[in-house]
Amino acid sequence: MYAMREAVAAFKRAPVLTGLASAMVGLALLVVGLFSLATYNLQLALTAIEERVEVVVYLRDDARQSEIDLLLGELSEMAEVRMVAYVSKRDALERARTELPEFGELFIDIEVNPLPQSLEVELRPGSRNAEVVERVAETALRYPFVEDAQYGREWVDRLFALRRVGAASTAVLGIAFALVAALIIGTALRIAIFARRDEIYVMRLVGAKNSFIRRPFLVEGAIAGLMGGVLALGLTYATYRGVYAYLFEIAWIPTGWVLIGLLAGAAFGGASSALAIRRHLTEI
Amino acid sequence: MIKLTNVSKEYPKRGHALQDVSFHLKKGEFAFLTGHSGSGKSTTMRLIHMADRPTQGEVRVTGYSSEVISERDLWKVRRRVGFVFQDFRLLPGRTAFENVAFVLEVTGTPASAIKSRAQRLLSQVGLSQQAGQHVNELSGGEQQRVAIARALANDPFVLLADEPTGNLDDRATRGVLDLFWDINAKGMAVLMATHDLELVRRHPTARVFELDHGRLIFDSSANANGDGDA
Repeated sequence: MYAMREAVAAFKRAPVLTGLASAMVGLALLVVGLFSLATYNLQLALTAIEERVEVVVYLRDDARQSEIDLLLGELSEMAEVRMVAYVSKRDALERARTELPEFGELFIDIEVNPLPQSLEVELRPGSRNAEVVERVAETALRYPFVEDAQYGREWVDRLFALRRVGAASTAVLGIAFALVAALIIGTALRIAIFARRDEIYVMRLVGAKNSFIRRPFLVEGAIAGLMGGVLALGLTYATYRGVYAYLFEIAWIPTGWVLIGLLAGAAFGGASSALAIRRHLTEI
Repeated sequence: MIKLTNVSKEYPKRGHALQDVSFHLKKGEFAFLTGHSGSGKSTTMRLIHMADRPTQGEVRVTGYSSEVISERDLWKVRRRVGFVFQDFRLLPGRTAFENVAFVLEVTGTPASAIKSRAQRLLSQVGLSQQAGQHVNELSGGEQQRVAIARALANDPFVLLADEPTGNLDDRATRGVLDLFWDINAKGMAVLMATHDLELVRRHPTARVFELDHGRLIFDSSANANGDGDA
């Protein structure tokens, strides 16, 4: 109770200083917020691309339906496979006419349908990687009536290399940004605590316990961190709206991330205060 | 009460600040600690307040020994020892009342008792009329009185005052000394460090310790009784 009252009183006594500390925390967390926004949208984009990873098994024209059913059954039973769809020659032609209207006339005048029948193998999320698509293709290619199995190996390899690079750089940059934010938060709160060193001195002088002295500063640090977090959230949201309205469509970060960000701001604030005040607790 | 036994204090750059100092301040005594600048007065006060630890020897303050007390328990000593400085060290931007109430609050006085106790302390130092004034609006003498009221807040058994009149004119100095004698008359020991020998001479009933280059060279009690600690 005392800690909370003192923390609020400290804000009132030095609104400019504590406001500046919160603003510095806010700007530090804004960098983290913008980075999260970019990372999240990059992740969404990669996931969207990943969803297009599939194996197309082209079948010879003379393949019998019973043979096709056998292959379809084996592929469907694979744990990594979500769905296998059969596309007949007629369906393939129909789809070509719809999806490639610029070649419409070419498809009208033909006497023999040149497009093969095929099986389109859709994979489960988490299984859309080079290793799985290769195994699915190899399974299909064991059947003599299978002409070919395509999955764009190079493309899949590149996508997953990009995923790995993305994950590594996200981790490294995320840690770097978080560290920079922690340093800025620490400095801002150290300035705020330095301004109140007289109070700490008097408290030590008259025999206040260290835990008692520390408490209001921890609360103050957490409040400054939380206020900074709210400011960062507002600025990140404004940036999101701006990009959405004037540049391109992007998605807003999930609520869970927002809550983690706010809690991290409060935790950073409290922890930075605890570190900053330690030095003052040995003076006198 | 307060007992220094063969206390030495050495600082890495400054060298010996105190050398083999021993004395015993008994309950309810009034004593001056004199000596020129750099003689070790402030170091002695800091050691009694346990703001510092001796390099050698032992400082005992009521039951607490500098040899065994942990950093964590120092607050227990500080509540038993009131401290007043030459430069007051009040919290600027707060009133006289708030400065005193702050101490009561941070040392755990129940909220319901803080107001009346802070007012009583200010009245004890003759500042009940100035309770609502910001300390920076008060005169030097008045500020020192607020500092004394603050030092008395925990009801200590001894009041340490390090050059408390150094920044005051003669009239304010007399007022502060009168206040110290009043406090002492109620049973609280007072140990006042001062370089002002003229002031010491004006109070012949007080005990006097004199330091020179970190050594205790005079203890009026030892001279009078021939059985002192020095």
